[in-house]
Amino acid sequence: MESNCGNCAALKVQEETLKILENYPREKDKLVAILNDVQERFGYVPQQAQEEISKYLNVPMAEIYGVITFYSRFTLKPKGKYNISVCMGTACFVKGSQAILDRVKDRLKIEKAGDVTADGKFSYDDVRCVGACGLAPVFMINDEVYGNATVKMLDEAIDKYSKESEE
Amino acid sequence: MKTIEEINQIREAKRKELDLRVNTGLDSREKHILVCRGTGCTSSKSPKIIEELRRIIEEKNIPNVRVIQTGCFGLCSKGPIVIVRPEETFYSHVKVEDCEAIVDAVANGTKVDRLLAKDIDGSVVERLNDLTFYKKQKRIALQNCGVIDPEEIDEYIAFDGYKALSKVLTEMTPDSVIEEISNSGLRGRGGAGFPMGKKWAFVKMAQGDQKYVVCNADEGDPGAFMDRSILEGDPHCILEAMTIAGFSVGANQGYIYVRAEYPIAVQRLKIAINQAREYGLLGENILGTDFSFDIDIRLGAGAFVCGEETALLESIEGKRGQPRIKPPYPANVGLYGKPTLINNVETYANVTKIILNGAEWYASIGTETSKGTKVFALGGNVVNVGLVEVPMGTTLREIVFDIGGGIPNGRQFKAAQTGGPSGGCIPAEHLDTPIDYESLAKIGSMMGSGGLIVMDDSKCMVDIAKFYLDFTVSESCGKCTPCRIGTKRMHEILTKICEGNGTIEDVEKLDVLANGIKKTAICGLGQSAPNPVLSTLKYFRDEYVEHVSEQKCRAGSCKALANIVIDPEKCKGCGLCKRNCPVNAITGEIKQPHVIDQSICIKCGTCVDKCPFKAISK
Ligand SMILES: Cc1cc2nc3c(=O)[nH]c(=O)nc-3n(C[C@H](O)[C@H](O)[C@H](O)COP(=O)(O)O)c2cc1C
Ligand code: FES
Repeated sequence: MESNCGNCAALKVQEETLKILENYPREKDKLVAILNDVQERFGYVPQQAQEEISKYLNVPMAEIYGVITFYSRFTLKPKGKYNISVCMGTACFVKGSQAILDRVKDRLKIEKAGDVTADGKFSYDDVRCVGACGLAPVFMINDEVYGNATVKMLDEAIDKYSKESEE
Repeated sequence: MKTIEEINQIREAKRKELDLRVNTGLDSREKHILVCRGTGCTSSKSPKIIEELRRIIEEKNIPNVRVIQTGCFGLCSKGPIVIVRPEETFYSHVKVEDCEAIVDAVANGTKVDRLLAKDIDGSVVERLNDLTFYKKQKRIALQNCGVIDPEEIDEYIAFDGYKALSKVLTEMTPDSVIEEISNSGLRGRGGAGFPMGKKWAFVKMAQGDQKYVVCNADEGDPGAFMDRSILEGDPHCILEAMTIAGFSVGANQGYIYVRAEYPIAVQRLKIAINQAREYGLLGENILGTDFSFDIDIRLGAGAFVCGEETALLESIEGKRGQPRIKPPYPANVGLYGKPTLINNVETYANVTKIILNGAEWYASIGTETSKGTKVFALGGNVVNVGLVEVPMGTTLREIVFDIGGGIPNGRQFKAAQTGGPSGGCIPAEHLDTPIDYESLAKIGSMMGSGGLIVMDDSKCMVDIAKFYLDFTVSESCGKCTPCRIGTKRMHEILTKICEGNGTIEDVEKLDVLANGIKKTAICGLGQSAPNPVLSTLKYFRDEYVEHVSEQKCRAGSCKALANIVIDPEKCKGCGLCKRNCPVNAITGEIKQPHVIDQSICIKCGTCVDKCPFKAISK
């Protein structure tokens, strides 16, 4: 969010969520579909959005929380400016993606997938097969795919982005 | 809205135009440059290649050359792949900078020699079908992948698309369709191998005013991409098959449950559904008959258990995807409590071909109990990574060594894993096992949905078992205790062993736990979760024992047990390891033996792979 007025941000989320909800009938079975749209729009599922969905579908907040935490695609926290996804599918694992994942944690000094560095620049998660098994091991930074990845390649990418965002 | 007549006319006209796609010897003025737009090649920038090719063709004003996007050609490790038809010229690892050379060659009727693909033996191959990779394959489910533009319904129609549906609606009854499917011997490709005809008959017999047809495109097995590739390369064949299924079981609504993480597949499905509706191939009164059927997409959100059919139904209903207790089966009580037919993507992909070519034709392919072909996503430590479709009964050896080209980097084959987190590791002694449902089960693995991961001798089997358990622990839905707690305990024991703190009792405990979970978990996820452990215990028990009694990991992949050292005898002091070490743990003067500072080393193994003299070992 550009603005540092907390209330404005919440209002914006509310407005955007209502826009998404317009596309759906008030039927409980649309919950997963709506959450997919919200996740896509914000990169996570904000509290404010959950409240709107709860009101709209007449589903308790607890149930929405239950559904969000069940599916790995839905997250409750915003991601960093650069989100590094390390593929931990079998094809990538067999080709050494564990070393890349370890290196990400080491470099970013964050332990848990979904956490964000203090400056908000980086976050990481481990994903299961991004579908580029022919290029294994694979990691992604936002939408860019790095194939036949090495620890060195990762280091260079992290260096590049840390510098870039300092400017 | 089109009539059968009009569809036939489109087919005839378009088929002539596209003859060059399948007729290699054809003398054609027109040339088609096909570029793979599957997920793999798209990740390595094939959309840019398409753009560039089109730009150059326009700029140079070259007539009779078209650039077409297609689905996966199969040989993903050679991507991005570009194929020129009708000559079938196969270019591998194409870069944007190569586009001009390709266009010039096509215009002049020549080839770009430096881009021609190399076969396993290093020889240059000019045509797709000359590659060893394709020789033992038989493409039925993947027939159109890499041939047609998946976003053009007319191209699908050209290659017999919607012909099976016309036949079913005008010449067949629901019972005769089901009989044909039954006689073909087709079994479910989603893992369990249930006879498809029988399932259709159950749903048809079930009482209910409303019935549903569902396509399971969740494809939870990490490292498997068969179903996704079919959806990306030939979405209409799934729509057509589901419509035929709807006619046969008496349903008028279908759902495709596909993961949101498959954006290309979802997009192509959306396009295909809209085109089919426009042509009157979906919706009210299909092709002017009194049969109505429509299909909608439901997005999953990344939960392995949602591939299990009852969990999938819960998810479509907008809930947490927790499995239901069976029976009742979905055939009787399914989506919204109504009778529901659920089949896998690849299972559906065979339907139209069976209707058009007959059950007898299909049943003549494969083995006694497993008919037809199976698509595998071949990956891991193998030269040719990609999608392969082989007749049932093909041996693992043929897939790994003939089609897959064997193990790279001079390493040895150690195991092949089928069935993903529910399957098992198959050792070298069983390489000659023919692939069918029964044979794979007999050796402690399973067909699964089609992931086939090859592992070389640098892989630790205890670590692999731990990897799969890690997956199950995080994907267990938590509904039943054996799966929720039991897999966690197993994972803890495996971690302990990998860290060098295990005892021989731990190894025995694994056996007991595994068998207990297998018997008591409520759904297939829990019941099959111990398989990776059981199969590695069965075939690689000595490795477990080595970990606990000698604190040794022979593959050198368990970090706690690994010590990466440079052999001063073999080290020539070239400095390559030093330059590649990400943490600067290596020191040494040029032309002098180098050493690794163990307190800094993160045991990533980069230096081991980089050393040209094999002087570094784990
Ligand atoms: C844990 C678990 C995961 C599964 N994942 C999938 C999957 O990703 N895709 C699939 O088609 N079937 C999957 N299945 C099998 C389905 O439950 C079901 O048997 C299948 O969709 C039926 O279709 P078929 O008869 O055409 O194979 C899974 C089963 C279990 C127990
Ligand atoms: S396993 Fe990593 S891309 Fe498939």
